[in-house]
Amino acid sequence: MKKTRADRGMTEKLRYRDPELAKKIAQKIREVTPKNEHVKFCHVCGTHEWTITHYGLRSLLPSNVEVIAGPGCPVCIVPAAEIDEAVQLAKKGIVITCFGDVLRVPGSDMSLLEAKAEGADVRVVYGVSDAVEMAKRGPDKKFVFSAVGFETTAPSTAVEALAGPPENFSFLVSHRLIPPAMELLLGVGDLNISGFIAPGHVSAIIGMKPYELFPRVYRMPTVVAGFEPIDLLMGIYMLLKQVAEGTARLENEYSRVVKWEGNPKAIEVMAKAFAVTGGNWRGIGRLPDSALKLRDELVAYDAREKYDVHVEQGKDILLGCECHLVIIGKIKPNECPMFMKACTPAKPVGACMVSSEGTCRVWAKTAAAQKIS
Amino acid sequence: MCLAIPALVKRVDGGKAKVDFGEGVLRDVNVSLVDAKVGEYVLVHAGYAIQTLDKADALETLALWKEILEFEKDQS
Repeated sequence: MKKTRADRGMTEKLRYRDPELAKKIAQKIREVTPKNEHVKFCHVCGTHEWTITHYGLRSLLPSNVEVIAGPGCPVCIVPAAEIDEAVQLAKKGIVITCFGDVLRVPGSDMSLLEAKAEGADVRVVYGVSDAVEMAKRGPDKKFVFSAVGFETTAPSTAVEALAGPPENFSFLVSHRLIPPAMELLLGVGDLNISGFIAPGHVSAIIGMKPYELFPRVYRMPTVVAGFEPIDLLMGIYMLLKQVAEGTARLENEYSRVVKWEGNPKAIEVMAKAFAVTGGNWRGIGRLPDSALKLRDELVAYDAREKYDVHVEQGKDILLGCECHLVIIGKIKPNECPMFMKACTPAKPVGACMVSSEGTCRVWAKTAAAQKIS
Repeated sequence: MCLAIPALVKRVDGGKAKVDFGEGVLRDVNVSLVDAKVGEYVLVHAGYAIQTLDKADALETLALWKEILEFEKDQS
């Protein structure tokens, strides 16, 4: 593992980035890896992909152990139709507030950034509270917050919706749930996953219980892991041990943050504010019980109903772009003919190159990743 | 986007708190989803504390966060 400036600058030795410890775990990984079997683990988190590529963790694994990235970028999987809805609202003169990563996500005709260039009022916020504050300070304008994110982000939307935001504020909810996406991956032909690395911060909210079905129903080893290099190596080791033993269990590598029950307050506010419904995922299609929708009693804050904006179908994938295959881990970014040619971080074509959590963007920005074929 | 950053809780006022992400600047975060105590660390995502953390773990995660930011800055 390479040393970085941040490592050198630390006075305390970083336990979760200790190169000696990493070597020891890599040795244990080699010992436990089955010899004549290809093992493929899938994570579903953009930050996991960042750590894996940035630290070159794949190079520490035996050649028959593969780690692929599934749909772990909440921005990448927002369908074009929902960007189109935001663009339509912006064109009606409504102020759109969104996370920075959402700005350049392609809609069918344009992104929010392009709408902004045409004069729409689109503002980047750090979180939903900032958007609500803006609405309070600007009572003569209407504000909509583009609520994108997995279970890590959805509780903040829920708290603000339940707190009763000002009358000039509403939500365009695009929240999605991770376990249904993991379940989908198991049905993708020839993906042949041998185990899941479950996402640490989604799990900080939902806890371990929603993953129970993977070992029980699908016989799929599942380990919740943190975001440091040691966390991921340990997670991979724990999965390999299960594979070697021929068992499937649910284990928690990230117990310093993830509790079995998750964050009960966050789960409660989510259940109060949202109903679970079917939702479209860019590159994947419609998944049942995978999206959140404001409950009927909060309909006054649902921008789709309030302004009657409903786009059913959008253009998710442009011709030649293979985001739909990258998102489900079927191909690696460098197997897309556009990667770093027609599609770069400066001029992204697909959503996976736009967001800092997108697999293509992570690979593009990490030189080490490009050496991995 | 699911990145969460540890911060030291400096003041708590109902559901709001002033926290320090290690920059010496106090920022407002919503702590209504956790049991935040002054002098302890919380994990913050998009302006909301989503979990409490012990100090040693918090400092290490803070180092990773700084590194990711620095890296993004160098590249763009």
